[in-house]
Amino acid sequence: MRSLSEIETTVKRASKAAGYSWGVSEETAKSIRLLELFSLPGVKHLNEYFNEKNQNKFENLKLISEKNSSLKHPYCPIVLGVSFLDQINILENLKKIEFKNVAYPVIFLSFISRSSEIIGKKIYVKIDEKKILLNLNVNINSSFIDKEFPKLANNIEINLLENKDNFTDDEWRNLYKLSEDTFVEESDSLKEGAAGAGLTDND
Amino acid sequence: MKVQLRDPNQIMKLSRLGSFHQSKLSFLRSFLSEFKGWEYKKDLFYLDENGFGEAVYSFKKNKRVYSLICFANKINDEERSDRVIATKWDAAFALYDGVPTKKDIERLKNEVPKQEVGRLSYKELTLSRANKSVRVYNHVVESLSNGKQPDLKLLSNVGYLYRTTAVYGSGKFGLADRFRIKNREEINGPFRLEMMLVYLVRQFTFDQVNHVAYHKNPKKAVKLDRNICKNLGIGNSTGLGMAPFIVNHPTLLNNWILSRERALKKIREIKKVKSKDKDLFVDCIKKSLKNITSWNTDSEYQQKKISSLLIDVEKFLNFIDNDFNFEIEYPFNKIFLWLENYACDECIEYVVSIMMEPYNDIINPLVKEMSSDEEKYFNIPTYRTVEELRNIIEAKYPNILDLNFDEKENNQNFWFISKNKEEPRLADRFEEYGSELEQPLAIARDIKKLYDILLVSKNSLSIAEFLTSNSELRHVVRRVFIVEKFPYSEIQDNTIGKDLMPIDMLRLKLSFFGALKFDPRSDKWLRICMFQGAPLPNELKNYDEHWVYKTDI
Repeated sequence: MRSLSEIETTVKRASKAAGYSWGVSEETAKSIRLLELFSLPGVKHLNEYFNEKNQNKFENLKLISEKNSSLKHPYCPIVLGVSFLDQINILENLKKIEFKNVAYPVIFLSFISRSSEIIGKKIYVKIDEKKILLNLNVNINSSFIDKEFPKLANNIEINLLENKDNFTDDEWRNLYKLSEDTFVEESDSLKEGAAGAGLTDND
Repeated sequence: MKVQLRDPNQIMKLSRLGSFHQSKLSFLRSFLSEFKGWEYKKDLFYLDENGFGEAVYSFKKNKRVYSLICFANKINDEERSDRVIATKWDAAFALYDGVPTKKDIERLKNEVPKQEVGRLSYKELTLSRANKSVRVYNHVVESLSNGKQPDLKLLSNVGYLYRTTAVYGSGKFGLADRFRIKNREEINGPFRLEMMLVYLVRQFTFDQVNHVAYHKNPKKAVKLDRNICKNLGIGNSTGLGMAPFIVNHPTLLNNWILSRERALKKIREIKKVKSKDKDLFVDCIKKSLKNITSWNTDSEYQQKKISSLLIDVEKFLNFIDNDFNFEIEYPFNKIFLWLENYACDECIEYVVSIMMEPYNDIINPLVKEMSSDEEKYFNIPTYRTVEELRNIIEAKYPNILDLNFDEKENNQNFWFISKNKEEPRLADRFEEYGSELEQPLAIARDIKKLYDILLVSKNSLSIAEFLTSNSELRHVVRRVFIVEKFPYSEIQDNTIGKDLMPIDMLRLKLSFFGALKFDPRSDKWLRICMFQGAPLPNELKNYDEHWVYKTDI
């Protein structure tokens, strides 16, 4: 078994050899390490992408907008990923971002996962018909389990989710009420000695 | 009185970093301190009469066990080499997480002696190999088998029976990734498992030499005297492989240096020094003279440094004995100011290290701050602006900005990874091929390049926008934002200049390991000694913490 440290070092060097700058290669290495940590096919897809890159042209999208489409050549997932990561603080305001024609979307996914941690929000991604939830870079929930990730995504839809509860107010109230059974009622004398007691708040 | 931390632009110069010495903060000393309460055992010792075979040593506490598995092999003299291109060694070692089964030992027997071309698993934590110092080893075997103790002068010249030629950890060759074990309290310090491996290897060398001497002449043989054992360490040959580490781990480097600087600051701020603390400090300085006078090297460069160190330490002792009164307020501050005025860099850093000896209360909390969660600081804050980035560079890299990289001598060298051994190397840009494959270790040059572009960029541009057209400088943009928070994270010097002494970079790291007696064999590699004078494993429960300054040979 290869260690994550070996994976990171080798991906960094291979990315540099594939023509990316050292800084972008460092980002790629972190992202592929992350995919492998989450048992997603990072090394496999990067390898295939680099092989294909020698023969085919890919589009470098450097400035991301709400709707992004490359009709002629698929987007390079690395340049797209680094741009997404760099621009996430602005993209956060868009709520929904769409991409058409992205090569090796699992590579792009790792950068979106890291972006989720930067803005402290979950990100919901749809790659064609498959759904993925990126949870602050802590894990990646996807319906791709046991299925192959595609080499090309026709449509990627990214929704930046607002932080909200996963439960109803009633469910919370019931749980809170139960937690109150661990509290002890204070006697009057204890209340008199508690912090702030005996003072007016206007002194 | 509040003392300021020393200026990174002074301390992070290579000539100063290359003058650092071991201290209480050093990893081998903090390792001993952490593991002194652990149970040490020799679990297996299965060597033939020539000392070839397997051995296992362990440290155990509660349910946690770390086991060193040793494989001693026969090699021919002509196969013995300390260079990284070697393929055979006298002994090879792996530190195993837990108690190895017979199956584990069989598996590792096939892999560990192969070192870089073997495959390890997540159950192994560190990996190493070592060669005998043949003349010392043979002499010791010969002497012991004849019922005599070895010649101390010869031992003193070398200081060890074996020297390691590499110690690997953190995921190399399939070893466990650091993140798998980072939450274990006992290894909450850099390189602690590497230190454990080297320490147990030292014990193996004593056991092996006794074993071989006994089998050579069972009737007459004696064991190597305990005190001689204590005064022998483990040698190490270190080349350029170590140098890029300190560039590639900026927050870790910061935490090492910052701990040292905080220790010095706190010691300078002590108003009244207790008499016992003063006595200990002076005693350590005096006893340490032996470490200087027994420091052997053929390197002219190092000989000059040792010679000026000795002169300045003697001058300092004369000052302390005759012109200084520890009863004054803030005596260590006065001492430090005296050193800055009258001593060389080597001596300043030497005495700074010894100042820490009496102060466990200051040093122990700092030891815990010497690791780094590097991932936390990896992302570039791309919402910030070009103006902010430029301001940070001006504030943090003033001397770097003065360098002119159009001058050939400032741009003389390049760092690359050798195809033969996948190890870092340094070469002359104008004489060797391959500079187009240069590693990103010319930080000063790239910072200057970044600064020049920033000067003609719009102030209000965000870093995200700036990077869309300056991707080739991304690696240094990241570093600038790191140095903003971590002032000691960057070497404030040119790492590709004509006058670069790469051994300064090695020495910095080795001083934090706790190495003694730096012996440069060229400007690109050196030999050192570790654990010389250290307690033996079965003495760990109760040992003299200041052993470093009390070696007898």
